Amino acid sequence: MIMTTATITLMNTIIPMLDDFLTRAALAGVGLSLATGPLGSFVVWRRMAYFGDATAHAAILGVALALASDLPVGFGIMVVSLAMAVTVATLAAKGWAMDTTLGVLAHSALAFGLVAVSFVPGVRTDLSAWLFGDILAVSRGDLAFVWGGAVVVLALLAWRWQALLTATLNEDLAHASGLNPDRERLVLTVALAIVVAVAIKVVGALLIAAMLIVPAAAARGLSRTPEAMAALAIVIGAVAALGGLHLSLWQDTPAGPSIIVVAALIFAATTALGRRFTG
Amino acid sequence: MSLIAAERICVGFGGAEVLHDVSVAVQQGEIVTIVGPNGSGKSTLLRALLGILPVARGRVSRAPGLRIGYVPQRLALDRSLPMTVRRFLSLPVRVSDGAAGAALARVGVPDVGALQMASLSGGQLQRVLLARALLSDPQLLVLDEPTQGLDQPGEAGFYQLIADVRGSTGVAVLMVSHDLHVVMAASDRVICLNGHVCCEGTPKVVSSAPEYRALFGLGTQGALALYQHVHDHDHTHDHDHSHDHPHEHDHTHA
Repeated sequence: MIMTTATITLMNTIIPMLDDFLTRAALAGVGLSLATGPLGSFVVWRRMAYFGDATAHAAILGVALALASDLPVGFGIMVVSLAMAVTVATLAAKGWAMDTTLGVLAHSALAFGLVAVSFVPGVRTDLSAWLFGDILAVSRGDLAFVWGGAVVVLALLAWRWQALLTATLNEDLAHASGLNPDRERLVLTVALAIVVAVAIKVVGALLIAAMLIVPAAAARGLSRTPEAMAALAIVIGAVAALGGLHLSLWQDTPAGPSIIVVAALIFAATTALGRRFTG
Repeated sequence: MSLIAAERICVGFGGAEVLHDVSVAVQQGEIVTIVGPNGSGKSTLLRALLGILPVARGRVSRAPGLRIGYVPQRLALDRSLPMTVRRFLSLPVRVSDGAAGAALARVGVPDVGALQMASLSGGQLQRVLLARALLSDPQLLVLDEPTQGLDQPGEAGFYQLIADVRGSTGVAVLMVSHDLHVVMAASDRVICLNGHVCCEGTPKVVSSAPEYRALFGLGTQGALALYQHVHDHDHTHDHDHSHDHPHEHDHTHA
């Protein structure tokens, strides 16, 4: 492969930068928001907030199972989250009372995970990292995983964008246009499982759903089209990640919750602003 | 050959049969209206024809490559989803600004493109839904209770628009309605449905058919007023004839 001098110079500048834990943390936060912005918008539009919670909480069980069976943790999280997401989607299709069902599944997934983790030696000590994230300890490998996952999710959503939007507005309308709403729902389910696996290192299992919902909700007040909202959610997510990192570093607060605190403050500001615009 | 046809279809939900042995067909360029009381399976029939619901028996056939423009009964416009009218017209297929503007002008709402969908009035929303359906240059328009929530002049205006569109494009129209008068005037053929096809024909034939009168009341004059009260008659064949009506009289006499 031929590399231009410019590319080589660029690589030589970037690669040493990745040695800095702060740069890696910042890049991980920004990378994550690439996926959580658009996906979170769909979670808001389709009222899947609790669905996101259930899927994210299942991640702890995935961590425990992966560590107990010597499999890569990201893989374990993805499998268990996907299983949870598919279970929830199936029960919803069968007409179960979703509020109760999701409540039961979300909290028991977390409880089962925490109990399972206690059987795995060594995890107990850094359990809080899985629950609240450990963005300051993101390795180069983690960073590649975060960006890889985020790009896959972004590409998946971009590819299905028109169909996803149509199915979100009205499933019959999608059907009549020759689309399959069930397939689009599956796309979102898979994307959600990938995001959970990617986000756990950054914000932790407890706050993944917040990272999906809060930036998207903050973007709503200032947006006129779905695309504008998804793009603004990416920006707000990235700003929240960087702001939270800053807060965490200088005030020694936990990083994951700090990111969500900044996102929530942005939400409060844009909601007030949006209300002033729309009267 | 018909654009779309159902042949002796049966459709059920969890054991309860909603449609029994129903056959309908729509030919090119005709306006067919399905009328029937609430719960008579009108929407179910449309959804079966569109392929959304599976049929338990019988078959649904469509002309090869049939382009359908669908106007849903309702669009649940969640406030969380920002959507301008212009953006909505580009779903699921992106259209040019010129085509979008022409479609809005065609349905009589040329200036709503920049508005949010959620801010439209009921009448504007129905017209925008129709504009979107027309953008795919359909051979068949399918409308599910398109005038729900409109006042009487709004209703009449909307059906006039449908008739005009058919006149200028030759599109066939299949719609469901439970309001009678206005719809009847605009239709070539009316199918009266109550789980099965009660009667079928030109509006004139149907409105004088005894089956139709049994469902909708006595004579067209009183139909609209009486309809609310008489539409509950039971037409299922496996009726168990155990008429036990618990009459609860707890009037309070002051």
